Amino acid sequence: MNPTALYESFSALEEQTALQEAYIRFYKAWFYEDRWLTYFNGLGTTIKVTVLALLLGVALGLVVATIRTAHDQQRPGRHNFFLGIVNFICKIYVTVIRGTPMMVQLMIMGFVIFKTSRNFTMVGALALGINSGAYVAEIIRGGLMSLDIGQSEAGRSLGLNYLDTMRFIVIPQAFKAILPSLGNEFIVLLKDTSLISVIGGKEIVYYAQAIITKTYEAMYPLYITALMYLIMVLIFSWLQGKLERRLRQSDRR
Amino acid sequence: MIDVKNLSKSFGKHLVLDDISEHIYPGEKVVIIGPSGSGKSTFLRCLNLLETPTAGSITFDGTEITDPRADIDKIRRQMGMVFQHFNLFPNMTIRRNITLAPVRTKLMTQAEADETATQLLRRVGLEDKENAYPAQLSGGQKQRIAIVRALAMKPKVMLFDEPTSALEPEMVGEVLEVMKELAEEGMTMVVVTHEMGFAREVGTRVLFMADGKIAEQNTPDKLFGDPQCERLQSFLAKVL
Repeated sequence: MNPTALYESFSALEEQTALQEAYIRFYKAWFYEDRWLTYFNGLGTTIKVTVLALLLGVALGLVVATIRTAHDQQRPGRHNFFLGIVNFICKIYVTVIRGTPMMVQLMIMGFVIFKTSRNFTMVGALALGINSGAYVAEIIRGGLMSLDIGQSEAGRSLGLNYLDTMRFIVIPQAFKAILPSLGNEFIVLLKDTSLISVIGGKEIVYYAQAIITKTYEAMYPLYITALMYLIMVLIFSWLQGKLERRLRQSDRR
Repeated sequence: MIDVKNLSKSFGKHLVLDDISEHIYPGEKVVIIGPSGSGKSTFLRCLNLLETPTAGSITFDGTEITDPRADIDKIRRQMGMVFQHFNLFPNMTIRRNITLAPVRTKLMTQAEADETATQLLRRVGLEDKENAYPAQLSGGQKQRIAIVRALAMKPKVMLFDEPTSALEPEMVGEVLEVMKELAEEGMTMVVVTHEMGFAREVGTRVLFMADGKIAEQNTPDKLFGDPQCERLQSFLAKVL
């Protein structure tokens, strides 16, 4: 018996058992008029926004972390004036972003800065990317600074230049050290994409709310939404674990 | 080979090196001893500009390396450095630790560097470790690899910054042995160490540093046998 026939037969009953009633509610939240397609529509947007925000966040984070680390590691008495200014701008960026709620930033982007834009998805991705960049910058900075200074000294004393030392010695080790925090930040970012529904971004929560409005039934759409996020996070954590195990290869004793 | 003129270094208000002038000749094995905080390591680290001198000049093979326009990477390629804490790259195999710099600086092709690495590893008796990671080695093995890594660049001078201080006692010998062989081959060496036996046996000249100055220097026989200044006498009384 297919889901629709089952639904129709249950609806026709005068009195339904609790289980039958639950099935009807679930049917309305998932199968009715092919509603499940809209969740996957939203899922597509969620993934798109996450990837865009992730790329932007990592790019911004790398730039800001590099500037801030380069500034802090200048030799005493040899401060570069230009670097000082750029560093100050980076500091303001990190302070403002970390000091204000994600939701407020999103609303400022959607309703103030880009109030004429109809491309809510891109505005949302932009806001999330800018937000994520500040956190990623601090994570990367922490990783670069936690590495023993002897490592870059060894590289430089062998005659490797600054860039090669960073590329082959400092960054690979720093990356391994920050991977858990970076993974954590990406999970937060993935879940924060649900906030873009407040500025009209059509991701999973947006469609779930639309279904709730039609059916006056909140439980199943919200459970379905939660489950979709959970599955995405589980897949991501699994990938992260695989990568971490591969990078731990050099720790074997 | 290395000419140091009026070298001073201060960290903030703290003067660590106080107007040092010194010359290191080719083939010399200069050993620097002295109490901790006397500026030995800082002096050594100034020689390849890991520390930037506050004043004075250092000339290496006719190039003034303290000149801001000097190509410091090129100069460092000719000066091997061995650290107290080895500073091997834990993310790379031993082979890659050794071949990275020669290949990246275009001194050798990968094949040449691999060949050099194999030869050098055989020399220190660690040829079976080339695919191991640093974490799998003992301290003495790590330090021997660190010496090999520096030698792979075919340096003209080797700088040793307390190479045995972080080792367990039973591993000191194997590292000193490699350094002795190196000395016998005629390598120019500058060694900061607390190993007085090594200083006596291998050094051609011993510098005693105290309070940021070279307080006394002489051949090992005379410096240890007939110390002149009071600081040196009390230092030797404590360490010997």
